[in-house]
Amino acid sequence: MRELLLCPPDYYGIEYEINPWMSVARGAETAIVQEQWKQLHARLSRFCKVHLIAPQPQLPDMVFTANAGLTVGRRFIPSNFRHKERAGEQPFFAKWMEQHGYEVDWLPEKLYFEGEGDALFGNDVLFCGYKFRSDIQSHRAIAEMLGCLAISVELVDPRFYHLDTCFCPLPDGGGFWFPNAFDEYGQRAIREHMTDLIDVAPEEAMHFSCNAVVIDRDIVLPEGAPQLVTELQERGYRCQALPMTEFIKAGGACKCLTMFMPQREKA
Amino acid sequence: MFSETIELRGHIIDSLILPKVLDQILTNGGNFKITEVQIGRKRADQSFARIEVSTETGEALDELILRLRQQGAEVLERANAQVAAAPADGVFPPEFYVTTNQQTFVRFGGKEIEVTPAIINSAIAVDRKRGRARAIKFFDVKKGDEIVVGHQGIRVVPVQRATTHTDPFQFINNIVDAEEPKSAIIREIAEELRRVRGARGKIAVVAGPAIVRTGGGGHLVRLIEGGCIHRLFAGNAFAAYDVEHAFFGTSLGLDPDVAIPRGGHENHLRAINAIREVGGIAAAVREKVLTSGIMHACVEHDVDIVLIGAVGDEGPIPGVTTDVIECEKILRTKLRDVTHVMLLATLRYSLALGAFLTNNVKTVCVDIDPPAVERAVERQPLQSIGLVTDVEPFLRELADCLSRSKVSW
Repeated sequence: MRELLLCPPDYYGIEYEINPWMSVARGAETAIVQEQWKQLHARLSRFCKVHLIAPQPQLPDMVFTANAGLTVGRRFIPSNFRHKERAGEQPFFAKWMEQHGYEVDWLPEKLYFEGEGDALFGNDVLFCGYKFRSDIQSHRAIAEMLGCLAISVELVDPRFYHLDTCFCPLPDGGGFWFPNAFDEYGQRAIREHMTDLIDVAPEEAMHFSCNAVVIDRDIVLPEGAPQLVTELQERGYRCQALPMTEFIKAGGACKCLTMFMPQREKA
Repeated sequence: MFSETIELRGHIIDSLILPKVLDQILTNGGNFKITEVQIGRKRADQSFARIEVSTETGEALDELILRLRQQGAEVLERANAQVAAAPADGVFPPEFYVTTNQQTFVRFGGKEIEVTPAIINSAIAVDRKRGRARAIKFFDVKKGDEIVVGHQGIRVVPVQRATTHTDPFQFINNIVDAEEPKSAIIREIAEELRRVRGARGKIAVVAGPAIVRTGGGGHLVRLIEGGCIHRLFAGNAFAAYDVEHAFFGTSLGLDPDVAIPRGGHENHLRAINAIREVGGIAAAVREKVLTSGIMHACVEHDVDIVLIGAVGDEGPIPGVTTDVIECEKILRTKLRDVTHVMLLATLRYSLALGAFLTNNVKTVCVDIDPPAVERAVERQPLQSIGLVTDVEPFLRELADCLSRSKVSW
């Protein structure tokens, strides 16, 4: 059974603005936040073993565990957050993973890297996003640490600032994505290494529909992407669309709230 | 040209980072040269590329490098230049770097400073606080000055050969010898002078006495009257021959118009004496003692006259600088804004001036002696035209070309 790491949204809120979705004037409704997160937790618990890390005060975005780091086998590579607002999360995640038996492998401090948010395996390739949050140099370091092929793709739309906001690989070698979030070279590189890509329409991409958790044939994604759901169902996937409005206010949804432990057994 | 070397590492082929970087260099007006590539053999192997990136300006390079850094390019750190203190006034430290006349940069603290002026056979003095690097001669150096030593951290950028036929200085065969036709080349030179004048360039003539002795003085006067000469460099003898011709119709006692000796050396010395008596060339023109000739035309048309002395000079004529170090300082100052130089029938002064010419100054050298032309143009192979010919027909044809021009001088 796949294992996941989630963090309860006890301290979650829009307390600063570090992406175009965030507005401190448009805060999240606490009750709805709790309800939406619990729904996600319940849904994922059906197919996976879900671990919880204790939330910390003053770290409202700790709820987005995908950005904690990248786990492959029993190795955990912690993130180096670009924004000081999130840098405080790193020691809590590293300590928790270490306490749970993972070997913690640190990247050089000067390389920004935001974990699974910018590093997703598709086929036998680790796709890595760069520019807004992660540095391309971090990809080289990770490829060396894991001994894998890392394809670096440049993100060009600040609304899709992490790779997992615009790209979701599927276990059958395909995936779905919002191509306009990448430059032409990134689009070509992805097309060359993926088969059967589903292009997500702009209006559905804006509902963070690429920010989905895929567990074998089950996909948990935010509401608002009926076209995509139809296409995925035609390919034999079971889709569960959940309301994620309060997390989208911070620029995150299902996948951002989830970290695989591990994402892959082997790179 | 400004350049940096960058390195790319990682899965730069599969990620299309290498083609992206090369495209970005070209679309941002730069150029590149791949100096090394290693392609990974196995799937997880990383690749490597070392690329020299160059642009026209330093600002464009900074901007481009900033973009390329976002794509993971690492700028290769070049070594800084080494300096040593000058041990005494007028003495450079051992191993001091000797300049060429090519554009040169020295690197300090990761930044390149252009050496100015780009003149040959000098040392480089560095003022790191002000970010300045100067090419200096022996007479400039003071004890304790920081002087560049060795070759580390120095980059020399040779003049590039033009790729389009817009610059006669880069397309005409360097030296046109005595047996080759010259009219077409002289027309090209006339065209260039006309263009330069329109572009507000500064044209200097370095004149040898043979101009007067061969009867070419009148043609040079036509060029001066036409306003296409801004500065005239010559020795004492040239001025003396010219005023002798103006006073007596002879140069060193020979009438160049009829080639008959008249008056011998007496005329030469009497002419010098007349100018000394009145206090100088400008005064002689002002007081209407000197009413014709090249010197007269220069004064009348505000052409700056720079006269340099030598051992054996008769007189000298007032205004001739006889101190050698002073001469060098004057040459450096007076050549600073010059864009074109015509070296006419004087090897001695052509070589003396050549030491102060930067590599972007275009030169035309005319002399009847082939080795003299060769020596004058060898330092600026892409910026000079040499003609092996008597100077009088050259000047006649050049002045004719320019006077036929529809464009008013």
